[in-house]
Amino acid sequence: MNNAFGEAQHIVLLGGNSEIGLAVVRALISPATQTVTLGCRSLDKGAIVAATVASDTVTVDVVHFDAADSAGHQPFIDAEVAKHGDLDAVVMAFGVLGEQSDFDSDPVVAADAVTTNYVGAVSSGLAVAKQFRRQGHGVLVVLSSVAGERVRSANFVYGSSKAGLDAFAQGLGDTLAPLGAQVLVVRPGFVHSAMTKGMKPAPFSTTPDVVAARTVKALRAGKHTVWVPGTLRFVFGIFRHLPRAVWRRLPLG
Amino acid sequence: MAVLMRRAMSGWGRTNPSSCEVIDVDRADIAAVVAQASSRGALARGLGRSYGDSAQNGGGLLVRLGGTAADIFLDPDTGVVRVGGGVSLDDLLRVVVPRGWFIPVSPGTRSVTIGGAVASDIHGKNHHVDGSFGNHVVSLTLLLADGSTMVVGPQQHAEIFWATVGGMGLTGIILEANVRLLAIETSRCAVETTRHDNLDSLLTEMSDGDEHYRYSVSWIDLIAKGRHLGRSVLSRGDHAKLSDLDARAAGDPLRYGPRQRISVPPLVPTPGVLNHASVALFNEGWFRHYPARRASVEGIGAFFHPLDGVGAWNRLYGRLGFVQYQFVVPFGEETALRDVIERLSASGAASFLAVLKRFGVGNPAPLSFPSPGWTLALDIPARSKGLASLLHDLDRVVLDAGGRHYLAKDSHTTPAAFRRGYPRLAEWQTIRDRLDPGRLWCSDQARRLELVDQAIIRSSS
Repeated sequence: MNNAFGEAQHIVLLGGNSEIGLAVVRALISPATQTVTLGCRSLDKGAIVAATVASDTVTVDVVHFDAADSAGHQPFIDAEVAKHGDLDAVVMAFGVLGEQSDFDSDPVVAADAVTTNYVGAVSSGLAVAKQFRRQGHGVLVVLSSVAGERVRSANFVYGSSKAGLDAFAQGLGDTLAPLGAQVLVVRPGFVHSAMTKGMKPAPFSTTPDVVAARTVKALRAGKHTVWVPGTLRFVFGIFRHLPRAVWRRLPLG
Repeated sequence: MAVLMRRAMSGWGRTNPSSCEVIDVDRADIAAVVAQASSRGALARGLGRSYGDSAQNGGGLLVRLGGTAADIFLDPDTGVVRVGGGVSLDDLLRVVVPRGWFIPVSPGTRSVTIGGAVASDIHGKNHHVDGSFGNHVVSLTLLLADGSTMVVGPQQHAEIFWATVGGMGLTGIILEANVRLLAIETSRCAVETTRHDNLDSLLTEMSDGDEHYRYSVSWIDLIAKGRHLGRSVLSRGDHAKLSDLDARAAGDPLRYGPRQRISVPPLVPTPGVLNHASVALFNEGWFRHYPARRASVEGIGAFFHPLDGVGAWNRLYGRLGFVQYQFVVPFGEETALRDVIERLSASGAASFLAVLKRFGVGNPAPLSFPSPGWTLALDIPARSKGLASLLHDLDRVVLDAGGRHYLAKDSHTTPAAFRRGYPRLAEWQTIRDRLDPGRLWCSDQARRLELVDQAIIRSSS
């Protein structure tokens, strides 16, 4: 159960090795927190990360979770609830960025990326929602991206998967709002992390810790959407409405 | 039977809502309704004045037991009233005051049901003399998890009775209570008010003089700092005798008809209107309003229930709500009390008037909050910066001093902190679990603080 300040007792990270996801989890941990579960594809990597999250008061559990395996999502959530009780805060942070050139040359690789980013979010998101309905509360943080807000030709497969994810999360949030549960859609710009290492940072770039801090603040304020940095909301407010012919020619990398 | 309706519910502080099925029931069909509860369990909710999550049950069932003046039967010879669990203190007072009786313990609001008063074992300004609500209950009729009813009291099934007093509705639903009332000559109170410039002056005055008054409470301005730290107004008194009234009032000495003057509209801006500036202004004006010493005769409403004059005042805190923090520390731990007050004052949190009072001896109930010492209660907007960690720090100061927190107010603390404050929790759980082996009764607070064994709840789902 979350307390009056939205401090969660039981936190679940889907995509347990995600740098941004872990930053959000660390920011969510409070004196009220008892258990953190890291849902990871690789248990070995998860164990290394777990040691950095655990403390005297917080137990960390590492459980196998594969975003691309939709059939496994409901059993994962059921087992989690059976073991640790109500899901207070769930952070959905899995995702692959990929290279557009790889997708162009092998459409199956592209389809796999979309399966993880979008299909996996649908199946795990709905499994979480089912439990939220059952328990009558809960918060879900969905890490979307500005890339889905207006899709660029340079990474349109990734962008389109995030566009789908973003729309799904909004709809889910509207469904759950009257039931006392909250879905927060986080739209960061370029984030300096392992996923973007070696890439040229776009303007208004940010870091996982900043994303995490803004996310927790938005959650506590009862918000449904947060842009990081906040300026991007206005930048994309303009981008959204640019004619295609202009958008296509913008030197955005 | 009434239709179940899913609704988001929260406590008076409006902080952490959860949704559940809410249903209004009467005594005739309550057992059948409760029997339909899912594995998320059931709980009775009164008027929703507990501040945190004690009267909500996410995903489960909340039953609201109706009650009106028709459920009040006063025995004028003994002063014992038989009253339905869903009847409010407001309804009860309107029936008994004109007949020369008063409730033995009055909280700061009349919007509390009899069931809620017992379940939270509420206290009032007379705790140092009369103890808490449970001390005045002759017997209770309890609906148990198996659908049967049981009459319990200090003389029969005493263990179950005391587990129910302060038991937060987790032993069963209180259908009815027999409560011993206090005889009064008039519906007015003779009140003496003194103003104090700092904490030392206040604590000395309260320690030395409280025993001479049935009622005693002080309001502290927590925004004041430095040499004004703890500046306060102490108000003490008793029910007025007939001889205390002027000729006009004496003509109708038991007249009673409290009214709500205004109500806060539903549309208050998100951040609320209570911030450091507005609260500081209010506290200053309020402090200056009182002369150094004053004697007056006041009505019951003005003396006991000043906040009932404003309807839905919790909306003033805006959409994110507020938390109330109440604790007790034993006598002799004045340093801890001062430490808490200093930290609150230094934090700059916009705390509306805080209430300080002295508790007398507690009762045998394992989860009853009052115990001998100083109790402080304060409201703070939930959005205040750094408040969550401040309160976790204050928890430690309170617990290190041998104190504890009040379940009816709590909305933030942890299972470990709660266990430390209530060493008799396990004893209470044993009695509770024997009455309800299937874990029917549950609340969000019970889940959060692990009052009810979680493992068994889940395996039954």
